[in-house]
Amino acid sequence: MNKIIKYVLYDIVRSKIVVAYTLFLLLLSIGLFNLGGSADKGLLSLLNLVLLTVPLISIVFATTHFYNSYEFMELLVSQPIRRSKIFLSEYLGVSLSLSAAFLIGVGIPVLLFAPGATGLYLVLTGVFITFIFVALAFLASVITRDKAKGIGIALMLWFYFALIYDGIVLFILYSFGDYPLEYATLALTALNPVDLGRVMVLLNLDVSAMMGYTGALYKSIFGSGWGVGIAFLILVLWVLVPLLISRRAFIKRDL
Amino acid sequence: MRNPSKHIIIWTACAFVLLLTSLQAVGGTLKVCSTCEYRSVKAAVSKAKAGDVVLVDGGTYKESGIEITQPIRLIGQNNPVIDGQNSGQLITVASDNVTIQGFTLQNVATSYTRDDAAIRVRQQNNIRILNNTILKTYYGIYLQYADSIVIKDNVIKGENLGKTESSLGNAIHLYYTDDVQIIGNDVQGHRDGIYLETVKNSKVQRNTSHQNMRYGLHFMFSDNNVYTHNTFQKNGAGVAVMYTTNVHMEYNTFEDNWGAASYGLLLKEINNSFIHNNIFRRNTTGIHMESSSRLDFKNNDFERNGWAIKLMTTCIDDTFRLNNFTGNSFDISTNGNAQHNYFEHNYWDKYTGYDLDKDGIGDVPYRPVSLYSMLVEQVPPSIMFMRSFMVDLLDNMEKVMPSIIPQTLVDEQPLMKKIDHDNNREFVQVLRQTASAPWRER
Repeated sequence: MNKIIKYVLYDIVRSKIVVAYTLFLLLLSIGLFNLGGSADKGLLSLLNLVLLTVPLISIVFATTHFYNSYEFMELLVSQPIRRSKIFLSEYLGVSLSLSAAFLIGVGIPVLLFAPGATGLYLVLTGVFITFIFVALAFLASVITRDKAKGIGIALMLWFYFALIYDGIVLFILYSFGDYPLEYATLALTALNPVDLGRVMVLLNLDVSAMMGYTGALYKSIFGSGWGVGIAFLILVLWVLVPLLISRRAFIKRDL
Repeated sequence: MRNPSKHIIIWTACAFVLLLTSLQAVGGTLKVCSTCEYRSVKAAVSKAKAGDVVLVDGGTYKESGIEITQPIRLIGQNNPVIDGQNSGQLITVASDNVTIQGFTLQNVATSYTRDDAAIRVRQQNNIRILNNTILKTYYGIYLQYADSIVIKDNVIKGENLGKTESSLGNAIHLYYTDDVQIIGNDVQGHRDGIYLETVKNSKVQRNTSHQNMRYGLHFMFSDNNVYTHNTFQKNGAGVAVMYTTNVHMEYNTFEDNWGAASYGLLLKEINNSFIHNNIFRRNTTGIHMESSSRLDFKNNDFERNGWAIKLMTTCIDDTFRLNNFTGNSFDISTNGNAQHNYFEHNYWDKYTGYDLDKDGIGDVPYRPVSLYSMLVEQVPPSIMFMRSFMVDLLDNMEKVMPSIIPQTLVDEQPLMKKIDHDNNREFVQVLRQTASAPWRER
């Protein structure tokens, strides 16, 4: 398995896209920290960036990579290697290289300009989101053999999690505004990893105190060790569920 | 120098006058110390006649229930401590023209029926309470039905750890009192820092009120008062003022009042008042106002608040001019469409318009209420979507084509650059320095 991961990693690094991604993140983070003035402000701008671009790039890159290495996978399948191993190696190869890019591109600037718990949450959230969206990309890729269709599905997924979902939830909240929605909203945020990451970072920032009564309620939940633990557990679930579903599909499927 | 004898005469005359006055003072002085004729403050005070000075030397006096029935001056030297040991009220003033100065008063237990205080004044006029330190008391200074009062340079520190709001008293509590000067006090750890009920024609200046359980400053039915250069910091619920007209609030700082129901300044039914040159910094809500009309907000700085101003639709004819709004999560939020308030020439850091004619005033009007702030006002849980990309998108769409946000709540002439109030601040510094010089006593 390690050998396959090594080959996948080698292949990815050779394509130079990941290197470009690293540089892009690095430039943006350093730029934002220098522009923003305070570290908090820099973190906030970086948060918005991370939550928008990291899922997009992860999902598009992972999908195209999956289709591009189709022949390699077919070759491996013909060898006495278990399919599950091949699939997980591919997954780990892609997500590890993308997270490494993220850690270098965002982690190092955060460590330099805004070290602390909030920075740590931001970096952890970014890494989780990379893993989650690579898993979603693989799910999209095993659903269909058509590359264009696969990328289409991946983009739709990104569009849904980054944009549409918030719109739908806001609409629901607006429609049912007369009911007590505090805990319902909490459950609804857990259903979107992007929101969950955003809320977790935001509530650990200074601004959380500015969010009034409801903000205080959520802060008491997310500020505690318990809340953070559960939030990360949900993020782990968000990695595992799509990954296991797609692995199952990959194993059963006629290549 | 031509006529030295003239100088000698003047100097002798001066010395003589000094001698006379000091003699007179000694004549009416009752000294209290461990080796003096009087060993307790109570004994000396009960013997003192009108115009006397009771001079208490350093040391700890374990007594309470001191009742001042004559117009005397009770003065502490070398910081004497009067320790009530939780046995009741410390000093009760039952005479006009009394001065209490230079004591440390401590340990008054909570008493729900008697409202015990360190210093209590009931129906007396012309009282001066200066330079005292009041520690661990139920109420600190409690006045009722009194006129012409000076409360100056006292430090009042309560202990609110593990206590509830209802088991705490106020640091400075005034009820039906006119013509008061509350100056340069530092109050903390009580229920309300400064509580004024029906207190008129008074001045509250240069006080610091912080870490109180409820309000830093709380007043009602207190017309014609002036509040300047005070700092209200980290109070449980900030500052709340109600049912009053003609208030002047200038050069005050309201900061770090964080919490679910905490306001930098809560205005309820405040009318015809002036709120100028104040700083509102890092509060959950900078100003919350309801049923407040004809207020003039000018030259204030709103920095990094959750909501800079919550303007309820019950407020009419309020004017907001030349204020800075920077780094607030929401600039203005409101609960309805009807708006009869006037915004002009403010600086908003969220303003994205342009200024083609370079006159420093943006050519496009600015609408400080965002769609999202309206939504949060109606459905509080939607605060969870703060800084979501969707929210920014909706806000920008609404800005281009306003349909839900109030049409009339608009700054037609927003400023392009932050107003520099720093000149004023320097002026404040000068004011503070001159004011901290010995106060000319009335």
